[in-house]
Amino acid sequence: MTWFLSHLDDVGVFLAWHVYLSAVPLVLGLAIALPLGYLARRYRWLYPPLILGTGLLYTIPSLAIFILLPLLLGTQILDPINVLVAMTVYTIALLVRTVADGLAAVPDEVLLSATAMGYKRFSRLLRVELPLAVPVIAAGLRVAAVSNVSIVSVAAIIGVSQLGSLFTDGFARAFLAPIVVGIVACVLLALALDLLILAAGRALTPWLRNRRAS
Amino acid sequence: MIEFDSVTKEYPDGTVAVGDLSLRAPTGEITVLVGPSGCGKTTSLRMINRMIEPTSGTITIDGEDSGSVDPARLRRGIGYVIQHAGLFPHRTIVQNIMTVPTLLGWDGGKAKARAMELMERVGLDPAFADRYPNQLSGGQQQRVGVARALAADPPVMLMDEPFSAVDPVVREGLQDEFLRLQSEMGKTIVFVTHDIDEAVKLGDRIAVLDVGGRLAQIASPAVLLAEPASDMVADFVGRDRGYRALAFTGGQVRADDEPTVPLGASVEDARAAAGGARWLLVLDEEGRPAGWVEPAKMAAPASADFLNRGGTVARADGSLRQALDAALSSPSGRGVLVSPDGALIGTVPAGRVVEAIEAERVHRTEGGAS
Ligand SMILES: Nc1ncnc2c1ncn2[C@@H]1O[C@H](COP(=O)(O)OP(=O)(O)O)[C@@H](O)[C@H]1O
Ligand SMILES: [Mg+2]
Repeated sequence: MTWFLSHLDDVGVFLAWHVYLSAVPLVLGLAIALPLGYLARRYRWLYPPLILGTGLLYTIPSLAIFILLPLLLGTQILDPINVLVAMTVYTIALLVRTVADGLAAVPDEVLLSATAMGYKRFSRLLRVELPLAVPVIAAGLRVAAVSNVSIVSVAAIIGVSQLGSLFTDGFARAFLAPIVVGIVACVLLALALDLLILAAGRALTPWLRNRRAS
Repeated sequence: MIEFDSVTKEYPDGTVAVGDLSLRAPTGEITVLVGPSGCGKTTSLRMINRMIEPTSGTITIDGEDSGSVDPARLRRGIGYVIQHAGLFPHRTIVQNIMTVPTLLGWDGGKAKARAMELMERVGLDPAFADRYPNQLSGGQQQRVGVARALAADPPVMLMDEPFSAVDPVVREGLQDEFLRLQSEMGKTIVFVTHDIDEAVKLGDRIAVLDVGGRLAQIASPAVLLAEPASDMVADFVGRDRGYRALAFTGGQVRADDEPTVPLGASVEDARAAAGGARWLLVLDEEGRPAGWVEPAKMAAPASADFLNRGGTVARADGSLRQALDAALSSPSGRGVLVSPDGALIGTVPAGRVVEAIEAERVHRTEGGAS
């Protein structure tokens, strides 16, 4: 506790980096997964390869990506960009399937009546299909958020500072306090992101509340 | 008018859903497409608004080839109602109804006022306006579906088994209201059903389709029931078609005066009024038939609680089917006839209705009119 209080500033900076490195990829990943998921849904033959391909990405060890990315991107090994890109890739890996499945969960008769009312394809997607896919997509985002918070900490090994740096630091000095603080901060951060997405999902789906109130 | 001209639809797998179909759905009328499951009704309907493109042939709406109109624009001018309503779960009732006006770029206030007006017209409590579809019953959702289809006042409506998924009592109510609405609006409607009773009740014209989307017969309900063109049609319209055809037979039957007592009449009054007859008709406060009592078994004044309500009531200006049913269902054997406002006119025994039916038949066949 005393260690925590005396290192409040450092922990704050680490936390800010951690939020940045896990939340920004969440947004970027979602932005890329949406069109990919849509394609996987629209062209059925694309579904298996896309899902398999993005699924495989997730199985690449994070440390390997962190080290390989600078070679691919021509960036410095310490550049946080590497982590951002890597986390975005993981987010895409998790979300493409989620988006495709969320769109697939929209009832046929709703699609049918939207078309019959005169919606064009894109506005139907935007105004009808996506809003109805929100519950499924939000659930996927929550998984991705928690996963990102956890994977980002590995980047400490390659020297990109965030909460994970507390683990390497504590480990190097055989000192427990920073490790405990790091774990607690990571858990709280994951929880906070999770709740945030949950709340946003709720706010976007008012029709799922008070069913059959009449 | 909607006109199919040699329209064929063959799906990529080789299924011929609609085969060389030519028919007309006249302006302002309800044309019903009826036939067994899989006979191509839905396919035919969806080709009208180009949700499905015909393999060959053309469909014109008021003379314009629908294939030459931008599909989205075409559809905004055609109301469409489906079986489970297909409401947008994420939009409130009023927002659902506003869908097409919004797509057409109406001002929000005007679209909302129109939606509220339509809710009232289809018999929905305005309190539902801000609810979501999952808070409504199936029958209520179907009303919303109809209101949504009517929102931009399209001249043409396509309805695909809109009332089949609700229970029979609700269905009957929806059908009656649909007919009332249509009598006010006079839309050109193509209505799909697999239920011949619904077809007979709603259709101005009925097109019977056979498997493979071939037109077996198109005729008015009365002609269809009286003169089915083939065994397939005869089979499809069913065994009691002779009786059901009576629904389209009007005719005069003479009504007898029927002794009555008002609700609340004493046992003595009832026995005096009946004059020895077993059953006595009781009228409510407005002079409308309320039900029958047996004066001999009465122990207390005639109250609504122990009336026999088994008998149906027929309008004197209605069909002979109603009159016959009233007589057959009446405990006294005397069918109750009423005026359009529900007031008692008199009663008629079944035998006399049958005589009227026979007279009507002779008149029709010897008069040469069909
Ligand atoms: N997309 C499709 N691909 C192949 N066959 C179809 C398709 N849609 C319908 N069919 C077939 O076409 C026939 C007519 O279908 P449909 O118009 O839905 O009939 P109905 O509405 O009268 O029950 C059926 O045999 C059905 O199986
Ligand atoms: Mg069908």
